[in-house]
Order: sequence, then C-alpha cells, then structure tokens
Amino acid sequence: MWAYVVRRLWQMIPTMLGVVLLVFILFNLFGGDPAYVLAGKISNPDQIDNIRRQLGVDQPYYIQLGIFLKQIVTGNFGASWSTNEPVSHILATRLGPSMTVLVPLLIIETIVAVGLALAVAYVRGSLTDRAVMIVCTVGLSISILVYIIVFQYVFAYKLGWFPVQGWGDSFWENLVRYASLPILIGLVVSIAPNLRLYRTFVLDEINQDYVRTARAKGVSENRIMWVHVLRNASIPIITHVMAALPGLLIGAFLLERFFSIPGIGREVILAVERSDFPVIKALTVYVAVATMAVNLLADLMYKAVDPRVQLK
Amino acid sequence: MSSAPDVIAARPAARTAPLRREIPHTVSPGLWTLAWRRLRRDRLAMVSLAIVAAFIVLMILSGLGAVAKDWAQEVGVNYAPPSFMGPDAVPEAPSGQPRVDVSDAAAVAAPADDTGVVDPIGDVIAALKGSGPAAGATSSGAASDAPGFVDPLADVMKEIEGARRPPAAAGDAAKSVDPLADVMKDIEAGKGKAAAADTRRATLPFGADKWGRDVIAKTIKGSETSIFVGLAAAFVATLIGTVLGALAGYYGRWVDDALNWFYSIFSSIPYLLLILAVAAVLQHKGTMTIVLILGLTGWTGVFRLIRAEYLKHKSREYVQAADAIGASNARRMFKHIFPNISHVVLVQLSILVVAFIKSEVILSFLGFGVPVDVVSWGSMLNEAQNELLLGKWWQLAAAGGTMAVLVTAFSLFTDALRDALDPKLKGGKGH
Repeated sequence: MWAYVVRRLWQMIPTMLGVVLLVFILFNLFGGDPAYVLAGKISNPDQIDNIRRQLGVDQPYYIQLGIFLKQIVTGNFGASWSTNEPVSHILATRLGPSMTVLVPLLIIETIVAVGLALAVAYVRGSLTDRAVMIVCTVGLSISILVYIIVFQYVFAYKLGWFPVQGWGDSFWENLVRYASLPILIGLVVSIAPNLRLYRTFVLDEINQDYVRTARAKGVSENRIMWVHVLRNASIPIITHVMAALPGLLIGAFLLERFFSIPGIGREVILAVERSDFPVIKALTVYVAVATMAVNLLADLMYKAVDPRVQLK
Repeated sequence: MSSAPDVIAARPAARTAPLRREIPHTVSPGLWTLAWRRLRRDRLAMVSLAIVAAFIVLMILSGLGAVAKDWAQEVGVNYAPPSFMGPDAVPEAPSGQPRVDVSDAAAVAAPADDTGVVDPIGDVIAALKGSGPAAGATSSGAASDAPGFVDPLADVMKEIEGARRPPAAAGDAAKSVDPLADVMKDIEAGKGKAAAADTRRATLPFGADKWGRDVIAKTIKGSETSIFVGLAAAFVATLIGTVLGALAGYYGRWVDDALNWFYSIFSSIPYLLLILAVAAVLQHKGTMTIVLILGLTGWTGVFRLIRAEYLKHKSREYVQAADAIGASNARRMFKHIFPNISHVVLVQLSILVVAFIKSEVILSFLGFGVPVDVVSWGSMLNEAQNELLLGKWWQLAAAGGTMAVLVTAFSLFTDALRDALDPKLKGGKGH
C-alpha cells in the first residue's frame, strides 16, 4: 500500500507543475501589468517603477516563474495588494470560519441524504418515492440565490429567529448563533441533488443477488438495508462526498458573502473584486494541492470499504 | 450504426424508379428516428421540449428586437406594484394630485441629498417618496419599511450598491456612475417633461423596478442574455471537449498522455475557483467574455466521456474497414466514428446548458458576469435582493420563477433525451 501511495504522490508532480504553469500564464501573462492594477491611486511613474521592481515583474518571465515557485514552496506569497495583510495570514485566519459552517453542513447533509435515499429507494416506485423525486427536481431548479435571499429575509429579517448576519469570536457562539441559518440553507440546497444521486446508487444494489440471498436466509430488512446494501452503495457515495471536499475550501462562498462570514469563499470574491492577484494565486494553487490529496485519500478509503478493490 | 442499411437501400432506389415502392420496407429506422419516436411517446418530455423551445424562440425574438426592445424605458412609476386588473387598478389619491407629487417629492428629497454626504441609499428613499403618493395604497407600507431597512442591512446595501452600480437606463453612461442620477432624472421629468411623466402607469402586470421599468420586458431581456450565454458557452465547451477527447481517445499514446495531463490540471482546480480566477484576470466585461470564461473552463466532463467513447470505437470493425478503404485519420474520426457517438455529445451539451445558465446567474449576481448595461437574471436577482427588504417582491419572483421554469423544463428534457438515446441505460438504472 505504501508503494501505491508513493507512486501516486510521484504522479502528482507533473499535474502540480501544470497547475502552477496555468496560474502563472493566467496571472503573469494575461493578467496585465500588476503595477497598474496596484497603482490605481498612484500616478507617479517612479512609484510604479518601484512597485514593479518590488514584485519582480520587470524581470524576464522565467525568473518570474522562479519567484512564483519559490513562493509556493516557502508558503510566503507576500502581502495582499489591497490590505497589505500577509497572504499566509489571510488563508490561515479565514479557514476557521469556513470550516465552522461547512464541516457540520457536509456531515448533516450526508447523513440525511443517505438516510432518505435508503428510505425512498426501499419504497421505489411508490407515491412517496415519486413525490420526493418531483420535489427534488423542482427544488433543484430554483437558483441558490433565491433560496438565500428568501430565507435570509423571512427567517432572519422578518421573523428574527436568526441574526441577519455577523460573526463572533467564540467558536460555539459562531456555530450555534451565526452559522445555523447558513447551514440550514446549505442543507436545503444540497440535499435535493445528492438524494437523487444516492437513490440511484442504492437502486443499483437493491436488486442484486446478495440481497435476495440475505432475505432468503432470514436477515431482517433493517439489517439488509443498513448493512448489506449501504456498505456496497457507499463506494460511489464516498466518491461523491470526497469530490465535494475540496469545494469545502471555497465551497459555500455565496453563503459566506450573504451572511458576512469571514471565510475563504468571501475572501475569494473580495480578492476578485479588488484584483488582488496574490490571494487568488495562492488559493488556487493550494486548493489544487488539497484536491489531489483528497483524491488519493478517497482511493485509499475504497480499499477500506471494499476489500475487492485492488490498488494499482 | 444505422447508416449502412440506409446506403444499400438508397442506391438501387435511385437508379430504378419502379423498385422504390418495395424498398422502403427494408429501410430500418436510424438511431435518431428511434430516439425521436421514444421521445414522442414521453408526454412529460414533449411538454418540457415545448417550454424550452418557447424560451429559445423568445430569446431569438428578443435578440432581433421584436419583443422587449424598449425594456429600458420607464413606463411605470417607480416600484409600480403588479396587478392583472389592467393599468392603474390600484386605488389612487384624487386625480390631478399624484403626478405633481412625484416631481415635488423628488424635488424636496434632492436638495437634502445634494447638500449632505453622498448617500447610496438616498435614491431608494427618494424613489419611495416619489412612488408613495402616486401608488396611494402602498405609501404607508413604504414609509414604515424605510426606517427598518436602514439599520440592520445598511452596510450590505452600501457594499452592494458600491460593487455594482444600478444599470443605466437607455444606455446613459453618466447615470451609472452617479448614485444621484435617478433623483436628478426625477427632477428633470418633473420640471421639463411633465407630460412624459403623466404617461407612467401606477401598476403593471408584473410591476415595475426601481426606475419604473416594466418587469416583464426586463425578464424577457434577462432571459435572452442568460439563455444565450448558457447555449453559447455550452457549444464552446462541448466543441473543445469533443475535439480534445477525440484526439486523445483516437490517437492514444503521447497525445493521450499530453491531453490527460491537460485535463488533470483543469480538473484539479475546483470549477468555481477556476472561473473566478479567470474572471479576475479578464478585466474586460462583456457577454462574450463570460461565454469564453465558462466555455474554456467547463470542457473537462465532456472530454473524459468522449475520450472513453473513442477508445471503445477506434478498434471496431467499421473503423478498420474505413482504414482498409483508405480513409484518412480525420475522416475516420469525424466522418465514421463521430456519428456513432454524437448522442453522447448531444446529452452532454444539454447538461452543460443548464449548468452554465446557473453559473452565469451567479457570476452576474456577483458583478463578475455581464456588463452593467446588460440585464440578466443574475443582475435582476441582485437588484431584487435590496428590493425585497422594501417589500418589493415582484422582480425576485419574476426572475427566480422564470429561471426555475426553464431549468426544470430543460433538466426534464435532458433526462428524457438521455433515456431516449440510450434505452439500455434506463433499464440498468431501474427508474
């Protein structure tokens, strides 16, 4: 297994270099001259020259690429162009609030969606099943923006059950007070598509021979569904959940923006609005690394769930 | 798959006319004919197709200027409420008074704004003052709402107002820069063009927005933008994905390695982050820019599927036969193999249209999408967010509802299309 992990890590290197190259081409070649973006308020040519020298953009491209590689390896991306806050500090402090919202959201959403999927797949073809599927299809078609706008208006603004927006200092206050409405909206938006998907995964398993065998030897229906079927259906489900993990990092950026949660997603939007290239560059590269690591983790988890899986 | 019997049957029929009557029985229906027949039987699919087709016709008509050409014209009073009872169904103050009040209220509000600090929400209040007396019944509601929205969400409002200026009516560039412009305009309308102001209606079927523009016309214009971006970006992404997938799957070896490397780069960056990164770099805003952003970043799913299809098909007998008669690589790829996998391409295209419409709405909402003088569902939702706090729900309902109808219809049609083109899949999935 370790040989497998080492080989996979080795294979990541060219992809990683590709990501670095893509980000470099995007921002250093197409991004225009950062000095002019920066010097919005400054018109003094001397100062612009100074900024160019500081950023190293007066150097040839291969040296700029070297600077970029060094930044990635050392984790020192310099300071944000708009707030002068070190980029590494931005990333470190924005991660916590994002996770406070997104980790509970992912856990609750997966448990609820898997539970419901087993239930509606068990009564497949019935009125309940069809009604749930219709609600899911229609629910999916409404823009996430509409959900957020309406929920924020009704539950926070009109009814006052939740704060309209804000963020505190203590973890529990944030989780219980500020994060609950965003989590609720996240659940409403994400359960519908996942339920549809997980239902098909369960349906693929429910007609298999092993289910019939289990029933024939007198295993209870509960045990069949929750142990036999769920374990087999969990392979594609894990793939799907793991694929959603890197999205957590920027994930619910709309929720963060609407509720003024100082997370990674809101930071991305702010950075794009302000043309704050160092922040976007750092985020893109690190999120890509995280994605690859998570993909590897997902493959290792298949092995744990399904002993038939051979790691090649 | 179906082309071979077609060809055999068609040739003798063309040469000898009398045989034609007997031949048609030997022509077996092709993939597309069969799929269309299956689709025809599916009532839900036909309804969805009709809705999608209606939207596309609307998009074309609107694009040609046949409908909603004057969407930017201020035909109603500010925030005219929706009413299907015909124009001016809402009870009004005694005749003669309201029109004068509009200009007066705006004129009173304007000096206060001019002398004070530049207040981005001042124009909203001015608009409220303007619409209050005119709309009669809504005046008390508007007045009680006004203090409420200032406290808790004032900073959001400011942030949003600052990030995305109100779209300029009638392409007036200066107006989009000046937050007080519409107050000024009200004054102009009151002083100079009293007659023009008289023609504004107090109610509209779907209501009016902040500037008194008809929400129906705006929604049609917004549909045009959003659907066009969705369709065009899906074409670009499908084209890139298909060509690259065909090259990778057909040639294999180093071409496959190189393109797979390319694919792994794009797929290891989360899609939304990639879009935002490209949006940050491309400072130029335009409808075609957003089409390019979505198209250039969204091809990965198509690539993976098409590559797998070409891998499967390239060693089949019919491709070997094409090789034997001396067909070139390009001819084998696109003339022989492509028709056999075109149904996969079509389904992917259909899936992408829905995905891109959703992405465009989010991007435009955030202000990274279409330019400010173009209206899309996303920019309508952006305005509607503030309006809802004043109790003006109609623009939100119009944009959100229209989008929901189109997306539902398109998704159902895509599902039906996939089932019709690949009946084996349907059986296997146990629907």
